[in-house]
Amino acid sequence: MIERAPVLDFITQAILVLSLVALLMPLWVVFVAASHDYQTVNQVPMPLWPGSHLFDNLSAAWAAGNFDRVMLNSVIVAVGVTAGKICIAALSAFSIVYFNYRLRMLLFWLIFITLMLPLEVRIVPTYAVAANALGPFEAILNAVGISIHLPEWNLLNSYSGLILPLVATATGTFLYRQFFMTIPDELAEAAKMDGSGPLRFFFEVLLPLSKTNMAALATIMFVWSWNQYLWPLLIVTDHANYATATMQLQKVVPGPLFGAPPIWNTAMAANLIVLTPPVLVTILLQRWFVRGLISTDK
Amino acid sequence: MAEITLRNIRKSYAKTEVVHGVDLDVAAGEFIVILGPSGCGKSTLLRMVAGLESITEGEIELGGRVVNQLEPRERGCAMVFQNYALYPHMTVGQNIGYSLKIAGVPRAKRDERVGKVAASLGLEDFLDRRPAQLSGGQRQRVAMGRAMIREPKVFLYDEPLSNLDAKLRVAMRIEIRKLHQRLGTTTLFVTHDQVEAMTLADRIVVMNKGVVEQVGSPAEIYRRPETTYVANFIGSPGLNLIAATADPDKGKVTLPDGQQLSYDTKRWPDVGYGPVTAGFRAEAVRLAPGGITGSFEFAEELGSGKLMHCNFSGHTLIAHAFGDKAFQQGAAVSFQIDPSAVHLFDAETGKRLAEADGSAMAPEPRKAIAATLSV
Repeated sequence: MIERAPVLDFITQAILVLSLVALLMPLWVVFVAASHDYQTVNQVPMPLWPGSHLFDNLSAAWAAGNFDRVMLNSVIVAVGVTAGKICIAALSAFSIVYFNYRLRMLLFWLIFITLMLPLEVRIVPTYAVAANALGPFEAILNAVGISIHLPEWNLLNSYSGLILPLVATATGTFLYRQFFMTIPDELAEAAKMDGSGPLRFFFEVLLPLSKTNMAALATIMFVWSWNQYLWPLLIVTDHANYATATMQLQKVVPGPLFGAPPIWNTAMAANLIVLTPPVLVTILLQRWFVRGLISTDK
Repeated sequence: MAEITLRNIRKSYAKTEVVHGVDLDVAAGEFIVILGPSGCGKSTLLRMVAGLESITEGEIELGGRVVNQLEPRERGCAMVFQNYALYPHMTVGQNIGYSLKIAGVPRAKRDERVGKVAASLGLEDFLDRRPAQLSGGQRQRVAMGRAMIREPKVFLYDEPLSNLDAKLRVAMRIEIRKLHQRLGTTTLFVTHDQVEAMTLADRIVVMNKGVVEQVGSPAEIYRRPETTYVANFIGSPGLNLIAATADPDKGKVTLPDGQQLSYDTKRWPDVGYGPVTAGFRAEAVRLAPGGITGSFEFAEELGSGKLMHCNFSGHTLIAHAFGDKAFQQGAAVSFQIDPSAVHLFDAETGKRLAEADGSAMAPEPRKAIAATLSV
């Protein structure tokens, strides 16, 4: 639609610019605060132009937050969750779209309904399962009359505990299902005629075709799992070894509780460190991300 | 030896039967076209042969072995799909060679065979392109190459030319025919286009509503349609059909408005009194005085002649006429129809009436191109 309305154009552009400023302002404040020394940052009002201590603050924050270890943990968890989510989403959607079995639609809706049950809603039972992963099986077996004692499998304070409970994904399954449904049936049939089995078709035809889709999913999921706060906080007590970056942020900001005024410059520098990886991932994958979501890839 | 044998093939979806018992024997090397309107079950039949649809009832034999329970890849068929179904993320070479890759043929051997197939289809220069970078005709050729490289016992084509424009369709039709001459592979070809069927087939299987109406060579089907359905479906235009009453003593049928049409009593000795369906080709009609008379409606210009649509007591009949004479709408036109060109069908079942022996392949009378229009 082509419309010529200069006044309206101006207003919309102005709203756009104002929103952008409103969005970027806090980030700017973080950046500015991270670049001043302790005295300057605690002045009132705080200066709005960057100072010269950015790198000092960054290295101080890095050391104070044990970021060597913590960033590595976060990367492991975020990559693990993202990879797991993509695998599960692609496989479950493959099953739902390409195989004809009873209860297929029921299973799809069950998966879909879990959208309504995010981790925060089911956090206590999930914690109970994480504390003893075989517990539910034991309970089921006992309930049907098989009295058995399964060994305890504890996921607390481990990477699997940080990753596995976050891996199930209804969004991903749904995204993949929609994508698989756009692939013409003849492609599957041609592969069958060529002698390809289902798994080969999945790996050699479907997955390569879903590259953009995968990138979109990876972006969303990486950022989401990087930002997880509640679950790691709950499941990790061994903070020296298994703390994630988002958890560690609170430690760099000593609150009034500890008696000292907050060291905002280091805290904001730590913020900058923590938000860098998801920003990088988004920038690197955003071209694919947009294409995956509007799915006009040829 | 029969390469493909279908025995009483039926297919049902839930409770709806869509293919009602098809029997067919296809000799090795034969080019069979399955022709019918959309929804007649022709594609379903082909897909059952390919192994892409389960067979509800009956047996399919390929090369002497029953394949009902075999996977598509074990049947030795290769298929060309209507929308080509090329793998979009693979190059032309990879598309053609994919079945070999799956079969574990080493790369060097594979490349050699892909090269040969591509050369025979004129695709050598496109091996590194993606399907999206090809034209419709080239994609079609890649699809054919993908089928050829497996050196199948049977080629299956599912309306492969429907997505091409008219000119390309004719060109690809010729290529498919040449390919068949060169390779001699038994072929099943599904189409709804009767011109494709007539030009390609050794034998045509005409299907309608899940049953086979007639199997025969293109000439047989054109000259001696077994049912009114086939008669009307084949030919461009189809056979003119009129409800009439037969009078075997006079060797005539009476049209609803009382006009009479002679038929060949030697060819149809057993016609009884009563209702029949009479039919004749537009090409067998000659504009001449003294025949049956109708009123002119309009003409379709073909260049080589024209198709005159005329009204005979409510029926629209089409005559293929030569010459430049123009008619006013509503003008009276008189046609002569050679008695030997009149076909008779049962008025109720639509089946062709029994003919005397030896007249089975009586040729249609050919009229001289130079015949002039006269009224």
